[in-house]
Amino acid sequence: MHIVVCISHVPDTTTKIRFNKELTQLDSQGVKWVINPWDDLTLTRAIDMKEASGGKITKISVIHVGDATTEPTLRKALAMGADEAIRVDAVSSDSYSTASHLAAALKELEYDLVLCGIESSDYNSSAVGGMLAEILDLYSVSSVSAIELKDEGFVVKREQETGKETLRISTPFVAIGQKGIAIDPRIPSMRGVMSARTKPLKVVQGESGESYIHTMVYEYPEPKGSCRFFQPDETDQLADALRREAKVI
Amino acid sequence: MSIIVYIEHLEGKLKKQSRELVSYASQLAEKTSQKVTAVGVGDISREELESLSRFGASKIIHCSNPEAATLENQVYTQLLAEIFEKESGEILILANSFTGKAIAPRLSVRLKAGLVAGVVDLPESLDPFVVKKKIFNGKAFAHSQILTKSKILSLNSNACEVKEKPVESEWEEFSSQVSAPKAEIVDVSKMDADNLLTESSIVVSGGRGMKGADKWKPIEELASLLKGATACSKPVSDEGWRPHEEHVGQTGKTIAPDLYIAVGISGAVQHLAGVSSSKTIVAINSDKDAPIFEIADYGIVGDAHEVLPAFIQSVSKLD
Repeated sequence: MHIVVCISHVPDTTTKIRFNKELTQLDSQGVKWVINPWDDLTLTRAIDMKEASGGKITKISVIHVGDATTEPTLRKALAMGADEAIRVDAVSSDSYSTASHLAAALKELEYDLVLCGIESSDYNSSAVGGMLAEILDLYSVSSVSAIELKDEGFVVKREQETGKETLRISTPFVAIGQKGIAIDPRIPSMRGVMSARTKPLKVVQGESGESYIHTMVYEYPEPKGSCRFFQPDETDQLADALRREAKVI
Repeated sequence: MSIIVYIEHLEGKLKKQSRELVSYASQLAEKTSQKVTAVGVGDISREELESLSRFGASKIIHCSNPEAATLENQVYTQLLAEIFEKESGEILILANSFTGKAIAPRLSVRLKAGLVAGVVDLPESLDPFVVKKKIFNGKAFAHSQILTKSKILSLNSNACEVKEKPVESEWEEFSSQVSAPKAEIVDVSKMDADNLLTESSIVVSGGRGMKGADKWKPIEELASLLKGATACSKPVSDEGWRPHEEHVGQTGKTIAPDLYIAVGISGAVQHLAGVSSSKTIVAINSDKDAPIFEIADYGIVGDAHEVLPAFIQSVSKLD
């Protein structure tokens, strides 16, 4: 079986976000780039499944849309344990163009399962996985908090606000992973880092890439009004403020 | 032309955000002179759905296809796309919830409709159509222009004020021929619908400062006194002190209650990402420099196990 994991390259969560003067572009100076946290967990699960599959899962590919500056992120995915990396050479402008580029590249591959993270920590749109499934006309299951190889298909746990369901799904399909799919992301070993240097990293050309959304301008959030402090023995006053001022209790 | 609003429910009761979604659509419709149509799928009563006419829904469509009993993404996509086209929809509005995240992207492709997810305000302009959305987990906003004729907005909680706007509503039952593939359901376990974290107006949350799984009593007591839900930070669920369903934060649940009380939570940026849309935030923490105080409205610097019992007393004294 062949699993393809879609990964996105994002600023580390603790990075301070800055834009250019005109507020039209992210200022990437000093930004530490990482694999999107949800994709990191999903990729970890794919590698765990391969290792436990007794040879049934033969290959894990990671695929990503971006220019050459994003290759260190793909090398990291190889160091974690992916077998092959594919970079779609394009700069996408919205979720739809990302999904179209990925779909065009996937049409050239044979695969059994496509994994995506539920959200990317840059644009928070939670859209690429579902769009990709629709373009490829594949079954999709979202909010996946566990996935396991079983016989010729997969058993998947879908977890939402309202509860959990366990589903048996036959391949091929798109699974969109959230928290729980793996506990902690895999840290590459020294050996992994060494072997990543010689693993294949293919570059394919992107499609023309239509977009649906154009980001006009960015905005920083207003600084929150300062916190009003009470002394530890002033809990009566706090309760009173919540009742009379904030009107929330 | 109409604005279609997809309404979610829990065991037949409208989800908390439903009124907000319909009210958002009505406020938008006032500017565009469109009609607001609310759509509910599955086991939900007519009375419950018709209550949305109080907020401006002049048409209610109920879809009872049995294939939609679970969240089969393709089934929902087909049903909502058919309704959108049949009603000459121009804008589709839904919640930026797990359900919204599952179906909005598919609908975007199916309807060739640009999707802006995580919308936090009414559109600032209609031509070009521009809305504001949250990005970088709340560390910034983007003003996004939708370039397509049809549009999809998935709304964060508190994206607009709920305004009453009673109208007469027309009722329609809808069903369609569905042939999408289905997964085999092996097991289902439902959460207690009365006490859902994401639906609660008040959430009391504990962090590592609570100092252990056996020391959670005051959190539970305060939550039950305020008829709220309990939550926790990531280290707490990682340690197994609390079930991971309670974890709020970047990789956990995102919540936006009216009141969020963070006890013994220092407020790592990942945690703040999941709670920063709450209307009022109270922080109780022993470290006066903890980042949680930067987003809190009210704070007490002190030991959780000394402050909390006193605060419970103070709250129970309120009548």
